[in-house]
Amino acid sequence: MTQEHRKEKKYGMVIDLDKCTGCGACMVACMAENNVPFKKDETDKLKSITWIRVYKLTNGKPYPNEEICYLPRPCMHCEGHNGHSPCVTVCPAIATDYDRETGIVSQIPTRCFGCRYCMGACPYHARYFNWWDPVWPEGMEKSLSPNVSVRMRGVVEKCTFCFHRYQLASEKAALDGRRELKEEEYQTSCTQACPAGAITFGDLLNKEHAVYHLKKDHRAFRLLERLGTNPKVYYLSSREWVRRSGDNYHPDEKTGEIISHH
Amino acid sequence: MSIVDEKAKEVDAADSPAESHCATSVDDGNGIAGLTILFFIVGFTASLFVGWIVFPKLLYSEKQQPIDFNHAMHMELVDNGCESCHFFRTDGTYSGVPKLAQCIDCHQEVQGDSEHEAVFVEEYVSKGREVPWLIYSRQPDCVFFSHAAHVQLAKMDCVTCHGHIGESTSLKPYEYNRITGYSRDIWGKELKNYLGLKTNTYDRMKMNDCAYCHLEETGRKSSVSTEKDGCFVCHK
Ligand code: HEC
Ligand code: HEC
Ligand code: HEC
Ligand code: HEC
Ligand code: HEC
Repeated sequence: MTQEHRKEKKYGMVIDLDKCTGCGACMVACMAENNVPFKKDETDKLKSITWIRVYKLTNGKPYPNEEICYLPRPCMHCEGHNGHSPCVTVCPAIATDYDRETGIVSQIPTRCFGCRYCMGACPYHARYFNWWDPVWPEGMEKSLSPNVSVRMRGVVEKCTFCFHRYQLASEKAALDGRRELKEEEYQTSCTQACPAGAITFGDLLNKEHAVYHLKKDHRAFRLLERLGTNPKVYYLSSREWVRRSGDNYHPDEKTGEIISHH
Repeated sequence: MSIVDEKAKEVDAADSPAESHCATSVDDGNGIAGLTILFFIVGFTASLFVGWIVFPKLLYSEKQQPIDFNHAMHMELVDNGCESCHFFRTDGTYSGVPKLAQCIDCHQEVQGDSEHEAVFVEEYVSKGREVPWLIYSRQPDCVFFSHAAHVQLAKMDCVTCHGHIGESTSLKPYEYNRITGYSRDIWGKELKNYLGLKTNTYDRMKMNDCAYCHLEETGRKSSVSTEKDGCFVCHK
């Protein structure tokens, strides 16, 4: 018996930078949701683990013309060319993989042996290495989520688009005999935490999902498109300098005129 | 061991000392080859013996369940079959091994004269303590499994994966791997299970057992790297 295939999906995100205030609620929600470890001293940001990270961009002009933009950066879940995203291609252990059914780049930390090629390959710095075993403040083990397996020292981890929520939502749908999920049944933790409603999440291929339309907005751009990573996270900004900082532009290139090969 | 020595002597005797100096001698070559093959076979058998019989004995340890439980007998007493104790919660997750709440209606007082029941009532029911059941089918923490997908959507029965526990009259001992702490039911108990063979679908429940059934039953090949199910179908 071969059951009917599920519809192909491409889960993705559209982040409206005009709305983002840089409050960092998405980062907090993500850490709590995904059992992301932290240390007593987090001053060395190179060693911090932040599946979604809010960056501060400036237009580089002196006061009073200086402008600021905050940019939250989850994993871009690059499709590359036919699912050959940069990290998936280099992983010697198949610890990271591209799923054509959901468009999600998976990361299986138990499989990872910590070579960190993927971190080198990822142009977005979306991957993080566990330099230490997680140490939770006393009593906090009890509040860890059982839906996300805790990682150990020596492995790489990254944003999964809260994939466990997809699993749980599918499980619930299975009780009603359904295989397909509605838009609101699967939403990431950061999307729901954002007080400004800047993050929209859904299936980029499904006309009924908000992201399908938002990604076609005239303000939309993606990060480093020129590399051919084909990311599934779109950004919206009405400011040209912001859109322009999304890629390495030649001075006489027009904003948004990047030839995408895929 | 003595077999090895006798055989070795026979081979030695067959070689004449003169010939053994001549490297090109065909006979001599055969003698040494024979010896090599013999030692290879003996060594190979010995390592297989150690690897498949001795090592698993050392590797696995056994525990008894806190109290015995009789499925067959209880099935005659409950109204709703397996679901009286193993049911789906409204959020789609599976209740799994029953909590005390499923037993308490009948076991406020001792029902029969079984020793296990006496212990059960005394140690657990009257003290309000949950029974620390050992779970044979427990997968590693990084594995996501969904009963709803298999039981509700794919209409599979419990026996396919668990064997005949539901009809049993007592619980088998729980065996676990001393190093990883995982239940032995995952890797299988018989020699042939290590060789990758199994007679029943429930003899083993390793990653490949899940993945091959998925490939056969769903035909999904969504993983770019493995052309099977994506890792996130079963991992979390
Ligand atoms: C009266 C309650 C009750 C009923 C009814 C019942 N069970 Fe159980 N079942 C238990 C208890 C208690 C255990 C815990 C023992 C253990 O840890 O294996 C258990 C354990 C199991 C397990 C082992 C889980 C594991 O991996 O350790 C399976 C499989 C199982 N039951 C299947 C069934 C099936 C199939 C039926 C219906 C034919 C059924 N049960 C009916 C109470 C019940
Ligand atoms: C429908 C009522 C009912 C429910 C529900 C029920 N039991 Fe029982 N159970 C009985 C009766 C009646 C007996 C006594 C049978 C006898 O010994 O004649 C019994 C016997 C037992 C025994 C001793 C049998 C043996 O194998 O020696 C144990 C242990 C036990 N029950 C555990 C449990 C546990 C654990 C649960 C909850 C998961 C449970 N029972 C739920 C009615 C029930
Ligand atoms: C496709 C195989 C499969 C089928 C069919 C299946 N199970 Fe399971 N069951 C599992 C696996 C795998 C686990 C371990 C899950 C884990 O550790 O996350 C499990 C766990 C359990 C447990 C223990 C769960 C716990 O953590 O407390 C019980 C009880 C159980 N199953 C009962 C049943 C019953 C009753 C049925 C029939 C209605 C059934 N199972 C059908 C594979 C299956
Ligand atoms: C004997 C066959 C069989 C075995 C063994 C089996 N599965 Fe499945 N599994 C299926 C089928 C068939 C489906 C598809 C259900 C559907 O959608 O109709 C499925 C679906 C699933 C799903 C839901 C997938 C989704 O897309 O929502 C998960 C999770 C899963 N299996 C995990 C496991 C794990 C983990 C194991 C091993 C412990 C396992 N399965 C063993 C047959 C099997
Ligand atoms: C069909 C379900 C399924 C799929 C798909 C699957 N796994 Fe697994 N995996 C399991 C189960 C069940 C186990 C636990 C039993 C075992 O060790 O074989 C497991 C165990 C593992 C382990 C060992 C974990 C431990 O703690 O012992 C690693 C590592 C792993 N899987 C990596 C992967 C990777 C990488 C992929 C994708 C290429 C993948 N798995 C796809 C079901 C699956």
